[in-house]
Amino acid sequence: MARIELRNLAHSYAANPAGPQDYALKPMDHVWEQGGAYALLGPSGCGKTTLLNIISGLLVPSEGRVLFDGRDMTELPTQARNIAQVFQFPVVYDTMTVYENLAFPLRNRGLRGRDVDARVREIADLLDLTPDLNRRGRGLTADAKQKISLGRGLVRPDVAAILFDEPLTVIDPHLKWELRSKLKALHRALDLTMIYVTHDQTEALTFADTVVVMHDGAVVQIGRPDELFERPAHTFVGHFIGSPGMNVLPAEVAGRRAVVGGHALALARGYPRIGGGARVEIGVRPEFAMLAPAGAGLPVRVRRIDDLGRVRIAKVELAGLPLAATVPETLSVAGEEASLLFDPAMVHVYADGHLVEGEAA
Amino acid sequence: MTLVLDNVSRHVAGHTHVEGVSLTLERGSLNVLLGPTLSGKTTLMRLMAGLDQPSAGRVLVDGRDVTGVHVRKRSVAMVYQQFINYPTLTVYENIASPLRVARRPKDEIDAKVRDAARLLKLEPYLDRTPLHLSGGQQQRTAIARALVKDAPLVLLDEPLANLDYKLREELREELPKIFAASGAIFVYATTEPTEALLLRGNTATLWEGRLAQFGRTPDVYRRPANLTSARVFSDPPLNTMRVHKRGGQIVLATGEHGAARGVLVALPDDSYTIGFRADHLYLRRPDAEAIAVAGTVAVSEITGSESFVHVDVGSDRWVAVTGGVMEVEPGERIEVFIDPRRLFVFGHDGGLAAAPPLVLAA
Repeated sequence: MARIELRNLAHSYAANPAGPQDYALKPMDHVWEQGGAYALLGPSGCGKTTLLNIISGLLVPSEGRVLFDGRDMTELPTQARNIAQVFQFPVVYDTMTVYENLAFPLRNRGLRGRDVDARVREIADLLDLTPDLNRRGRGLTADAKQKISLGRGLVRPDVAAILFDEPLTVIDPHLKWELRSKLKALHRALDLTMIYVTHDQTEALTFADTVVVMHDGAVVQIGRPDELFERPAHTFVGHFIGSPGMNVLPAEVAGRRAVVGGHALALARGYPRIGGGARVEIGVRPEFAMLAPAGAGLPVRVRRIDDLGRVRIAKVELAGLPLAATVPETLSVAGEEASLLFDPAMVHVYADGHLVEGEAA
Repeated sequence: MTLVLDNVSRHVAGHTHVEGVSLTLERGSLNVLLGPTLSGKTTLMRLMAGLDQPSAGRVLVDGRDVTGVHVRKRSVAMVYQQFINYPTLTVYENIASPLRVARRPKDEIDAKVRDAARLLKLEPYLDRTPLHLSGGQQQRTAIARALVKDAPLVLLDEPLANLDYKLREELREELPKIFAASGAIFVYATTEPTEALLLRGNTATLWEGRLAQFGRTPDVYRRPANLTSARVFSDPPLNTMRVHKRGGQIVLATGEHGAARGVLVALPDDSYTIGFRADHLYLRRPDAEAIAVAGTVAVSEITGSESFVHVDVGSDRWVAVTGGVMEVEPGERIEVFIDPRRLFVFGHDGGLAAAPPLVLAA
């Protein structure tokens, strides 16, 4: 087990990078604490796989160092790093039994006899695989195989970290719930450092205590799930986390007031005038923008209402600007005319995409 | 056209892939096939397309039996989970290819390709080859190609499954508009209940090769005809429990009991299965009529905006969803509450015996 430190890390696939655009991974520092549950979240091409490959040793970074418990591992290959990995597609030996599959990583490390048996049974029990221990890998369903893959990743008690690369992508929604709660329980039971890479916000937010959000090769925010939800540090985080994502609207901001499309709305904090030609926007999540009868708030036109089962989301236009809002359970919407009420504490101000800290009253 | 599956089954080497499915799909409709892996979605699509033949039953197009007619003789367009494009052709030529095969005149091809490219936001990429596109753009290209064919039947087999979460969100929003403009029959397979709700149209819930229910999507969601349909159309999974009704009392499998209020009032004395979704399992007592049930927290998951609390209740595992951050320690004993006005009740055969009025079901 280890504390993993990334120091001045950056990576370019180009031999002579000329500028930031040549970097797949822009300069970053980060520490993965021993025993933490982390997620690395971002869209395809954001650099999360590059970062994962640098941690696992598949890739040597063009700049910076990777330290495990203070020891420089930057140039060492995967085998020398003592890392377990679980991939998107299950890795299971068809001709071996489930027991042998789980025992394999331990035997490979020279463990024998009772040590192997006790650990295999512990992991099998945690994953509900005990009844299947004597079955062969062949003929098992895809999700049973993925459970075994998870088990193989988790079975070694001495690993520096376990890296999960989109492990639930091929799993049916119903089983995702089961496997996700299993993984969470395993993390609590085993005290291992886990890094979980995904583009799926639900998986990232529910699994991790700390989520690292990446965009365009850079880390844009590191935080707890509720911080990412309530105070996105960047409009990208607001957009990418949440479904639908945060509404981002061009605005003029002065003091405790924002003007959007000619309409004024109150802010909970005060802001200095933002100069220098910066792009000024306000961000407010659909959860904090409530649809109301016409006349109650800012006037909007209702374009459509999506019934998502648990909630209804209205797609509206405010002075021609599209945004999404929550429809309260008791509100019946007739016609296009309606209004919006914002929770001022949850309206944030952004300059060139970055959160501007306001001053409390 | 109208497409009818009349009691179709397909068995392969002793395995049942589809059993006794009847469906009528009307022109201009969007139909979602919803079910987990191996529930029969792809098999049904292959039968509709004529790629496979049913072991029993008939496929009718506008009343005409086309059961034995090969796919090449039918007019069908398909989009698959994997992005399938011609790697050496430009996006323009990829979209144009079915029209070139059909030897359509040049200006008609150009007009249709540009139309489809505009709908699917591909105009800036028409001169690129698929390898220089993102996954989302590649799948848009495949969908555009399916649309220009003007086939009366368009089959989409989990078309968004390989795309990033946010791209899925975007396309889910656009696809119903694109479908509505076309007039063809669209059939769309997915494993995800949320996707069915967003696409609207009609939904067929499928389980182990059988059709559980077919109807307007919101109706199927709010009025599941049977326990199977309710299970298939719930994410997080449906919470269920065996109960007995005796006199004015309702007794849960765990021994807790309460007055048989709400949907339970009119039911004859018998044993039933109750089912309710995660948003109707409460961590705080909602009102005096709610039934309290003791459970043990298995795990709680926090997304930042919502918390999912998994609770073991007797031999059942339930999930409650609640707004905000709600951290509960695993192993903790807690009370959860169910609202007798918001339950689905299923009889011995699994059929719906009682349900909340539609306003409450929301």
